[in-house]
Amino acid sequence: MNSLLELLEQDCAQSPAQLAAQAGMAEEEVRAEVRALERKGVILGYQAVVDWSKVRDEGVTALIEVKVTPQDLAGYDRIAQRIYQYDEVESVYLMSGTFDLTVIISGRTLKEVAMFVSERLAPLEGVTGTATHFILKKYKENHLVFQPGEPEEREFVFS
Amino acid sequence: MNYEHILNQKIQGVKPSGIRKFFDLLEEMKDGISLGIGEPDFVTPWHIRDAGIYSLEKGHTKYTSNAGMLRLRREIESYLERRFDLHYDHKNQILVTVGGSEAIDLALRVLVEPGDEVIVPTPSFVCYGPLTEMAGGVPVYLELKEENQFRLTAEELRAAITPRTKVLVLPFPSNPTGGIMGREDLEAIAEVLRGTDIMVVSDEIYAELTYGQHHVSIANIPDMYERTILVNGFSKSHAMTGWRMGYVCAPVPVIAQMTKLHQFGIMSAPTTSQYAAIEAMHNGDKDIEHMREEYDSRRRYLVENLNRIGLTCFEPRGAFYVFPCIRSTGLTSEEFCERFLMEQRVAVIPGSAFGPGGEGFVRACYASSMQDLEEAVSRLETFLVVLRRKQGREEE
Repeated sequence: MNSLLELLEQDCAQSPAQLAAQAGMAEEEVRAEVRALERKGVILGYQAVVDWSKVRDEGVTALIEVKVTPQDLAGYDRIAQRIYQYDEVESVYLMSGTFDLTVIISGRTLKEVAMFVSERLAPLEGVTGTATHFILKKYKENHLVFQPGEPEEREFVFS
Repeated sequence: MNYEHILNQKIQGVKPSGIRKFFDLLEEMKDGISLGIGEPDFVTPWHIRDAGIYSLEKGHTKYTSNAGMLRLRREIESYLERRFDLHYDHKNQILVTVGGSEAIDLALRVLVEPGDEVIVPTPSFVCYGPLTEMAGGVPVYLELKEENQFRLTAEELRAAITPRTKVLVLPFPSNPTGGIMGREDLEAIAEVLRGTDIMVVSDEIYAELTYGQHHVSIANIPDMYERTILVNGFSKSHAMTGWRMGYVCAPVPVIAQMTKLHQFGIMSAPTTSQYAAIEAMHNGDKDIEHMREEYDSRRRYLVENLNRIGLTCFEPRGAFYVFPCIRSTGLTSEEFCERFLMEQRVAVIPGSAFGPGGEGFVRACYASSMQDLEEAVSRLETFLVVLRRKQGREEE
């Protein structure tokens, strides 16, 4: 059976009644469990996945590789913290491999994003280099496909 | 040309399905929802599709051996062993067919002589009766009862057997009822068949889709292995309906006869599909698991909501259908489906289409998106409220 968390991760807009039926729980149990998960910080929030390209032309998102001088984990945490305080920053991850942090930021224009990198990110103490990759087109996010394929013919077949 | 005179009388005698008209109507509706078609809404998992594509890239475009590729038959052997504790030898007991449907056709044709009776429990999938007739046999419909959760009981079977009985069709997990037969149920059936020459055609195409308990094949019951022709396939378990991949397993002499028919009528099952099927058997168990869990979520949702809005629904434990009773509406199942479609633009199938015993029920397939199911439930609720209001007014 799918757990409540899995069901919410798939679609958090379902009503407690629907979730209850699918998870094999009582509706009241679902409400209580969701509240508990929110309180514990297991569920951080609920957000819609939006295809902004359908409603506005401007707006850019960039993935920035950030290299920092080698340090202990607390050192990385500190730098990450100083980066994620900015509202423009959507996501920050500590990475294995040839660079250390992935920073995903959104802005209205290429210039805005580029300025953020050069004025805010690059000068931070400990940051030794950045590489900015602009996202040109989104195909899939959180398991959702942006341009679904053509609708399939579902011709009648008695099966 | 007088085609009525020229064409085979037996085939002309088979009635075409009356259900199509609903779908023609549905086609024209803008926001129609179909819970009518019995087919997974999942696309075949990508790694399986990719295996099919890769086989084409490598140029595997020729016939395979008549019985199907050796590697595929080995995979099927190991799959049946691992999932259902069934032992069939890939060398001479497994035949790869064009869907489970071909397997059913072959099974009936190698068994039935003119006048032989084939017991077909109903409501069930529509092919068994017509295929029996084509093979020259006589279908004997055995009406299953809701109070038995649409299982076949030993008493019902005993009452249906005559000296002409050649075959029992055992279609479980059931389309359309969702009923299943547990080990004890099958033991009771085996008790009736032991010592007879009656063969069982066990259509287990929904074997992977049971909820809360594991499927048991009648071939697993003592003394039944030698009496059983086991039909299965990839359509429902791996969401591969369009690939047309099925298989049939049986004692050596039975498969030998079936292979002859298959060889002349079909040659070999589609090669691309066989390559995809190898991948499905080898790496597909987790896909089955995933889809089963999804169906189970939807099943719970639908059963609970149908009961909530007043259509009593016995809990289906297999396949992906619910089969609620609609007698409380005072409509026949066909009237119900027609009005529900015209008033609320949702297609479900009248139980009467599945043979005797289906009247008073409708079949809804829950292999549909959760959004569609929610919308269908909400429209059904409206439909019932409006219907009861109208009926109340008529009574006054």
